[in-house]
Amino acid sequence: MSALFLLVIASILVAAAFLIAFIWSVKTNQYEDEKGAAMRILYDDSIKIKQVKN
Amino acid sequence: MSFTSRFLHDSGYDQPGDVVPDKFYYDNKIVKWFAYATILWGLVGMLAGLTIAFQLVYPQLNLGIAQTTFGRVRPVHTNAIIFAFVGNGIFMGVYYALQRLCKARMYSDFLSKLHFWGWQLIIVLAAVTLLSGYTTGKEYAELEWPIDILITIIWVVFGINMFGTIIKRRERHLYVAIWFFIATFVTVAMLHIVNSMEIPFSWIKSYSLYAGVQDALVQWWYGHNAVAFFLTTPYLGLMYYFMPKAANRPVYSYRLSIIHFWALIFLYIWAGPHHLLYTALPDWAQSLGTVFSIMLIAPSWGGMINGLFTLRGAWDKVREDVVLKFMVVAVTAYGMATFEGPMLSIKSVNAISHFTDWTIAHVHVGALGWNGFLTFGILYWLIPRIFGVKLFSQKLANWHFWIGTLGIVFYAVPMYWAGFMQSFMWKEFTPEGQLKYQFLETVKVMRPFYLTRAIGGVLYLSGAIMMTYNLIKTVRSGKAINDEAAEALPLAKVYVPHGSQHWHRWIERRPMQMLVLSLVVVAIGGLIEMLPTFMIKSNIPTISSVKPYTPLELQGRDIYVREGCYLCHSQMIRPFRSEVARYGEYSKAGEFVYDHPFQWGSKRTGPDLARIGGKYPDSWHFNHMYEPSSMSPGSIMPNYVWLFDNDIDTAITPAKIRAMQKLGVPYAEGFDKTANDDLRKQALEIAGRLNKDNIKANNNKEIIALIAYLQRMGTDIKLEHKIVATN
Repeated sequence: MSALFLLVIASILVAAAFLIAFIWSVKTNQYEDEKGAAMRILYDDSIKIKQVKN
Repeated sequence: MSFTSRFLHDSGYDQPGDVVPDKFYYDNKIVKWFAYATILWGLVGMLAGLTIAFQLVYPQLNLGIAQTTFGRVRPVHTNAIIFAFVGNGIFMGVYYALQRLCKARMYSDFLSKLHFWGWQLIIVLAAVTLLSGYTTGKEYAELEWPIDILITIIWVVFGINMFGTIIKRRERHLYVAIWFFIATFVTVAMLHIVNSMEIPFSWIKSYSLYAGVQDALVQWWYGHNAVAFFLTTPYLGLMYYFMPKAANRPVYSYRLSIIHFWALIFLYIWAGPHHLLYTALPDWAQSLGTVFSIMLIAPSWGGMINGLFTLRGAWDKVREDVVLKFMVVAVTAYGMATFEGPMLSIKSVNAISHFTDWTIAHVHVGALGWNGFLTFGILYWLIPRIFGVKLFSQKLANWHFWIGTLGIVFYAVPMYWAGFMQSFMWKEFTPEGQLKYQFLETVKVMRPFYLTRAIGGVLYLSGAIMMTYNLIKTVRSGKAINDEAAEALPLAKVYVPHGSQHWHRWIERRPMQMLVLSLVVVAIGGLIEMLPTFMIKSNIPTISSVKPYTPLELQGRDIYVREGCYLCHSQMIRPFRSEVARYGEYSKAGEFVYDHPFQWGSKRTGPDLARIGGKYPDSWHFNHMYEPSSMSPGSIMPNYVWLFDNDIDTAITPAKIRAMQKLGVPYAEGFDKTANDDLRKQALEIAGRLNKDNIKANNNKEIIALIAYLQRMGTDIKLEHKIVATN
């Protein structure tokens, strides 16, 4: 069942990459402001300039 | 803190005075293109699905032509829905949401276009090659090696474009949807590369690097995670963007969205073996798959609950707004499918459901409900916005909603019913201890269910056609805002660049990206080095009587793969009394060591074939392949008449043998040169046996090779028993 080694290694590598991403996200205060993060996406069209580039 | 000062603070500014907002444009044109492609391929994929659904009721619809036969159209259906319809849907949503979440235009217009046209090219090549019979024989990974390479390139283009946009963002915080998109990109890249390892023997055909049990494990690790990271995580990302936008209220719990995201991606990747319960896969791997699958219900339902609760106190809007209606059904379907998934991963439930139409019902609740309806909801929301108009007809969209919902019900209910019936009929014994039903009887009773399912498909497709009309009218009534003006404050500079910089300075400043990148690079490099040794060593048979296929059998096996036989016939007898009584001794891992690719299958529309060898005379197979209903009245198997006209491609035999030798199959040195002599000898023997049954057969024809393969299947083990008995 050597394919298992391959899959476990591949899976752990992906998981490790995600773990690093997770630690990075926590350390850079990505989750400090839950309310703001959830609200902000609703306002992205609020700054609208009524013109079309051509 | 006021909103403005808070915003400035978040952006890294302390003084409002030093801020000049950047003016830029969102690229809506690329979103529009992906939206059109989503609609077009959606219709094509559903039409292909409808075709095969009716073929199961009226086998004449196979038309006796190779390219229109079930085994070739079915991969077109699945690939078109997953990679063309949902794939373009993902890109449409990502290109729209990512720009707005990052407050930046896509990184490169050129890459956007390359991504778009590259992906459409892949889809067209996929359709043409699949219908022509070029397939790897691995479900949902059927595309051959040149297309696999093209997919990798275009996927990387997508990745560069996405990460480029994230890097130049003007919003420090990465909204949860972006995390889902990143997870999708990284994991799909890994899955695709690992599962597509193959050794080419011609410019378009190859053999899987893995064999038998190994191949099965890799394939379903891929297959399960394709569901997870192609059909689920990107769509959850889209849900987290488009549902709050459509309802105009923030997501119910941002904290829950973060927790369920990380939990989901950490659990998902271990659940693959639940596709191989009771097979020749080692027990502990099966149990691992089961445990992780059951745990998955928590993060999955976290997403569903978060989606539905986003509408708390806004259910009056759902009554009014057709976009929200579609989204509510989509999220509900997601909840149902992800409840059912863990349940199906329990071994005792799986013993009933596996190989039946229950699986088909399960995936369609996900595909029609979750992916389909979320895509429709997004399209109805997006198209009017891009064109600066209102939707042409709310009423028609409401019709679409109801007819589509009805379609899902008409599809799913009969398939669940059919699944239970099949399973219980397959397992039923008479009081005397004999199997109660012939397999054919269990096929015949499926007809009304298959018909109702097809009608469900008609309803669903009708809804999609209504949507297409509605959206075309909407598009015509407006003018595309191809470049939408926007402005945002630039992010405060974290560093001060000075002088000319070395090219990799930019990545050095980004430890996260660099780590991910280097890990991926190391992983790919390491895997490529280790793979051949791993895989080839494991091909040493554990059962001494299991021998490599003869050249004729190998050619026959490739025809079996080409015609997609594995889509209706399994080659895996599970260790149940009912299966052993019906098909023979249960399948052992050691029997599949020369199977590149494995052909265990996932569905028994027809009976298992693992031990078909020697069960019927050659003449039976000859007549049966020409017209199955002549030998098995009531059979819904298509006629394979072209196998009686096509010559065996003997020119390729040496290359096939050499490829197999590279994979560790122990053919004698130089066997590739004499392989065709061996092939002709065996073909003449079969033609001779047919002649005895008064069948004049040309020994050059493909049918002879197929018969050779069918008669070989599962017989190595029987030989072993004979040897043991005589000793």
